[in-house]
Amino acid sequence: MIWTIVKRLWLVPIVLLAWEFAAASAANPFFPPPTLIASRMYEMWFSGPFLFTEEAVDNFVPSLIRVVGSWGAAVVLGVGLGVALGRTAWLADYIDPLVEFGRAVPPPAMLPVFLVLFQMGTQVQVATIVFGIIWPILLNSIDGARNVDHLQMDTATVFGLPRHLRLFRIILPAASPKIFAGLRLSVSLALILMVISELKGSTDGIGYLLSVASSNADMPAIWAGVVVLGVLGYAFNSLFLLAERRVLTWHRGARGTA
Amino acid sequence: MTTTTTLARGERLHLSRARLGKLVRHVIGVAAFLLLWELAGRTGLLTWLPTASASLARVVGLAVDPAFLGDLLATLTAAAIGLPLAVLVAVPIGLLLGTVPVVEEMTRAIVEFLRPIPSVALIPLALFAFQPEINAKVALIVYASAWPILINTLYGVRDVDPVATETLRSFGFGRGSVIMRVSLPSAAPFIFTGIRLAASITLILAISVEYFVGGAGGIGAFLIQASTGIGADAMVDVIATLVWAGAVGLAVNTVLRRAERRLFRWRFA
Repeated sequence: MIWTIVKRLWLVPIVLLAWEFAAASAANPFFPPPTLIASRMYEMWFSGPFLFTEEAVDNFVPSLIRVVGSWGAAVVLGVGLGVALGRTAWLADYIDPLVEFGRAVPPPAMLPVFLVLFQMGTQVQVATIVFGIIWPILLNSIDGARNVDHLQMDTATVFGLPRHLRLFRIILPAASPKIFAGLRLSVSLALILMVISELKGSTDGIGYLLSVASSNADMPAIWAGVVVLGVLGYAFNSLFLLAERRVLTWHRGARGTA
Repeated sequence: MTTTTTLARGERLHLSRARLGKLVRHVIGVAAFLLLWELAGRTGLLTWLPTASASLARVVGLAVDPAFLGDLLATLTAAAIGLPLAVLVAVPIGLLLGTVPVVEEMTRAIVEFLRPIPSVALIPLALFAFQPEINAKVALIVYASAWPILINTLYGVRDVDPVATETLRSFGFGRGSVIMRVSLPSAAPFIFTGIRLAASITLILAISVEYFVGGAGGIGAFLIQASTGIGADAMVDVIATLVWAGAVGLAVNTVLRRAERRLFRWRFA
């Protein structure tokens, strides 16, 4: 156990040390040594009475609420709409080009629409994230719901299964591998859009801290922002993979790829 | 294509009629959407949204607007420089990690920490570290779009039939030529899928960087410039640019998908 951890992680401290020494000897202001970044992070954000400082609370919390809330909204909207559209077979040919087009728009390009509409604040972030990440969710939900096994649906009809049971017992489980494939894309995209929309149209949030640091040319603070966002990205990804593994265990088991 | 030629005449007719019907329904769907959009504007339901006709007229107008075309060209140029560079960086690393498990295991922790960093968080950093701005843009595009290519190369190489590589090895081929003759060709479909994913990332990064540096031009700069206007006029410009961005994204994706299908027909058959 310990041996595998050592085997996997031994390069990390070496890289950090090498970076430390290289940065110290080169004295390039753009690449501060890791210890400087860490101490900067500590003094800015983690030296408060209850670990977090006021600055950390005032900026991390809004960011987290926005990204998690928007992601949740996009999931509910995307999966709901996607399953409804996917189960309405005759609609397929009419909406496909529209959905394809919506997905093809580079997500950050949506931001200016909401900058014009709302100027600043949480609405900008929420709208940018929701409209940016809903497409892969929508597309995969449609695809998943469309390709439910006919035999299963027919059996459900024969047995007179009520609508809601048909949805929750057959359609959603059958579509879930596809849906999760879309959700996986949306997690990292949500974070990207959070950062962009906060860099541009916000007065708080992690992205805002980053933009303040960059207008002050405060290199250690910029690096600190990158580290926090990296940790956030890592945490979101891990949580998502955990949830996915939980929900889709039956699927892997059924396909013998567990 | 080959299947249609072997079909009987009647069947072929049926097939083309089905395709025509599909196309008609596509057109009807888009037309209905545009109509609803137009109505939403005309009836005052959505006052902030310019009408479909005004937006589409602007879309056409942008096609002959030299300022816009220059910006579009700037974005596409950065993407077109960045993507091949990302391939050049990512494929060899992917091959190395995929064929030498020790290296993969060694670097896995670092890869796992770097990959989730949202690439746009690196924009302020890149703008300081790389001058002029076009370099920062290309550097970020390369960094962000290298990931899917790297990961797909890695998985593709791992997926190579071991019998094939072992056979070549036992015939005395060296490691390098086994990679060139077996691993790379059989991983190629995976790599290409990675490149297709990376292509859309290049546009995401290019536009994002352009939001922050007007000097580098590009549709991102054009969008931000447009969004500083107020009210309906600004919105028309923004929406029209959005339509262009979507069209470009769609075109790139369609071309790559077609190419993928054509190049690796044996895999889709």
